[in-house]
Amino acid sequence: MSDVALATPTIRSPSAEFWRRFRRKHVALLSGGVLLLLIVAAAAAPWIAPYGPTTPDYDSVLAGPSWQHLCGTDTFGRDIFSRILWGGRISLTVGFVSVALGGLAGVVLGLVSGFFGGLVDGFIMRLMDVLLAFPGILLAIGVVALLGPGIDNVIYAIAVFSVPVFARLVRGSTLALKQTLYVQAARSIGVRAPMLMLRHILPGTLPSVIVYCSLRVGTSILTAAALSFIGLGAPPPSPEWGTMLAEGRSYLGVADQITLFPGIAIFVTVLAFNLLGDGLRDALDQKLR
Amino acid sequence: MPQDKSVVSPAQREAGHDGTGEIGFTSETMVQTEKLLDVTGLSVAFATDRGAATVVRELDLHVAEGETLAIVGESGSGKSVTALSVTRLIDHTGGHISGGRILFTDRSGRQRDLVAESQEAMRQLRGPEMAMVFQEPMSSLNPVLRVGDQIAEAIMLHQGLGQAAALAEAQRLLEHVRIPEARQQLQRYPFQLSGGMRQRVMIAMALSCRPRLLIADEPTTALDVTVQAQVLRLLRSLQREYGMGLIFITHDMGVVAEMADRVLVMRDGVKVEEGDAVRVFDAPQHPYTRTLLNAVPVLGSLGDATLPLPFPEAGRAAEPQATVRTDIPPVLEVAKLTTRFEVRRRFRAAHRIHAVEQVSLRVRHGETLALVGESGCGKSTTGRSIIRLERPEAGEIRLNAVDVTRLDREREEQLRRRVQYVFQDPLASLDPRLTIGFSIAEPIRTHRLLRGEAVERRVHELLRLVGLLPEHARRYPHELSGGQRQRCCIARALASEPSLIIADEAVAALDVSIRAQVVNLLMALQARLGVAYLFISHDMAVVERVSHRVAVMYLGQIVEIGPRQAVFRDPQHPYTRRLLAAVPIPDPRRRDHSIELDDSEVPSPLRRLDDPPIVAPLVQVGEDHFVARHRVGGLY
Repeated sequence: MSDVALATPTIRSPSAEFWRRFRRKHVALLSGGVLLLLIVAAAAAPWIAPYGPTTPDYDSVLAGPSWQHLCGTDTFGRDIFSRILWGGRISLTVGFVSVALGGLAGVVLGLVSGFFGGLVDGFIMRLMDVLLAFPGILLAIGVVALLGPGIDNVIYAIAVFSVPVFARLVRGSTLALKQTLYVQAARSIGVRAPMLMLRHILPGTLPSVIVYCSLRVGTSILTAAALSFIGLGAPPPSPEWGTMLAEGRSYLGVADQITLFPGIAIFVTVLAFNLLGDGLRDALDQKLR
Repeated sequence: MPQDKSVVSPAQREAGHDGTGEIGFTSETMVQTEKLLDVTGLSVAFATDRGAATVVRELDLHVAEGETLAIVGESGSGKSVTALSVTRLIDHTGGHISGGRILFTDRSGRQRDLVAESQEAMRQLRGPEMAMVFQEPMSSLNPVLRVGDQIAEAIMLHQGLGQAAALAEAQRLLEHVRIPEARQQLQRYPFQLSGGMRQRVMIAMALSCRPRLLIADEPTTALDVTVQAQVLRLLRSLQREYGMGLIFITHDMGVVAEMADRVLVMRDGVKVEEGDAVRVFDAPQHPYTRTLLNAVPVLGSLGDATLPLPFPEAGRAAEPQATVRTDIPPVLEVAKLTTRFEVRRRFRAAHRIHAVEQVSLRVRHGETLALVGESGCGKSTTGRSIIRLERPEAGEIRLNAVDVTRLDREREEQLRRRVQYVFQDPLASLDPRLTIGFSIAEPIRTHRLLRGEAVERRVHELLRLVGLLPEHARRYPHELSGGQRQRCCIARALASEPSLIIADEAVAALDVSIRAQVVNLLMALQARLGVAYLFISHDMAVVERVSHRVAVMYLGQIVEIGPRQAVFRDPQHPYTRRLLAAVPIPDPRRRDHSIELDDSEVPSPLRRLDDPPIVAPLVQVGEDHFVARHRVGGLY
């Protein structure tokens, strides 16, 4: 029994409570701000980018950073800053869409698996184990090799290897939530399985899913860049960040700006997603209260 | 072994009050012994995100050697914080002492202010000078260390004995707290012991360095009544033997009456009353103490009345509960219900837990049948099997004369609508992410009883029915108090207009005054709506208040069932008698030190596959009163 009487809590919905605590995570707030800026910049690329992403300028090839070209130019004289902005659209889309697809499939599989248990659980989880047994990048390479290169297929490939982690995560919390008294109480009222899962169990798993989504988008962007880097992602004229790195590889030491700035873009984006994820975890995790 | 100290026996101290007209107000002059502990003006605060919260304010208390001071209060009264402050363990829980002095006279006769002592000095005091026993013996013991090693650790630390000698001393201590087969128990891990045994181990540890002050914080709250009686008796005799000062913290007035020489009543961090135990019980000065005492159910208070009677409330006469309908078939009939759990080892069932073994009972419309027994007797599993939270292995369940044993969709719908469950822990049984209103509306929506705005109107009506306001619908469970939450659970249970509510220890987790209110609410609802209750409880005094009939369970079987008055007045089964004898009586004058309770344990319902329990029909001993005469197992 706790004998500590504190002031009666003011009326706060769970979401208000979340905001109250998230507001104090300054690093996470900053990361969120940076990400917001990146997303807006990428979305507005056609209007704010000073040059087209594939417009060559043979008069200024391999130029260093200047006021004309903030991040310099590459072998064809294309403006690297503009390319990074345009490339952000690809990278962020790949990150968000692949995590959304993989997360959705994983959440559904994990929920069903944990809720029904038994043979269903055994089948789904063994399938997930098989997927988990491959090193992530190898699995993605395999999928792209199967479907053929291209940015759409990269999205599917990354989605596939996001599925098992989400499934495991959600299955774990489903198993725990299934045993809670309020789920049993709902069961005793006569609430049917789909409602039990959607209304009483799913919301309880969401905090960890949200946190993991944030971390996962970063990883996915990194993987997409890696796939592009080895030529399985977006083909060369595309300003995808990994593709840009691959193109600049041979000019390292001669024109560092070709690899440096896309590298910074990847680094900042992934770092921001990770820090945001950490902040979300602190704010959402009840145990840390 | 007890040190030679002038110890005043409780009997001597009580003698001063017996039969005299001047009860009370003399306790201060009675203290002849030197004050062991003298706390003045103690204030304790906790840092929160909204600033410091003072939870104990300007508290004075004192304890003499050989004396028992009971600190009573409801949750949030600051009684545990007071205990933690005296031992300065409060420093480790985020609180700090913001004022006052804690004077403690140590073994050498030196008076020390514990507020000013260093952590290291306090560490040396804890053990040889003062020790604590906590409520939850499982979490107070280290789960990965053997019991013997844990006791020996304290002995080695403070008395400088070697390991072998310390283990021998540990064994002696275990024997001293009457643990059977102490030698073997030393080798066991805490999870291998029962709750009562664990608490004895905790007491043995606390006593290992012969402390002069023992602080026991709700030491028996988590225990069954019969085990509680054993532990209380043990504590009392050990205290007399060691001449210790004892601070006994509890919310249970019955336990206070059993233990205390003096009583200190706390509320919201402030002392409201202090005095000699007999005086406080006979002539409480403060209105809060009176409320507290009035709310305590006293076993035997109904006397010869056959019908249940609500707790007396200010300005309202309690009407006997004449709600049973004998003219229509019973709402629930259970025949030979059996639920067992298999314990598997290496993929094969090795043992079975016979949680519910051929239980038969019926509940009439408007009737309250109490299902009583101690933990592990199968009373909750019986309730859970009826609403299919557990799957029964055999038996028949009829609801309003319809067989619902095998559920098709329609019958399940009927069962889920007509039978509702109220759990012990209201906070855990409400979804923390949904508003109260939503939770209450859920049965209505699930069974499509109403649509649209009518749902909201019905929710508001239900909230008013259980004594809450329509505004509460928008709140979240954590924003309500324990009593309010349980009212919400009751409102939710009523939402689908059930004919039977299974209340599984529904009032056990509530504070006494709130408990009386919720019991009265349940009874008022019965009078108004004609709902029947299967009232699962371990609290005999509450059961006496609410029930028309009582069924006593032991090892998964009903050993006695009959009208409440017959069972309480003239218990036929030895287990029923033992259960009734163990209930503490909230009257310090009726404290009887001579009653010898056996120290035996409730045996386990775990049996080998080839060793089924004996089940025989019950024998009729009176009108509607049946008792088991066969050997159920264990002691009986």
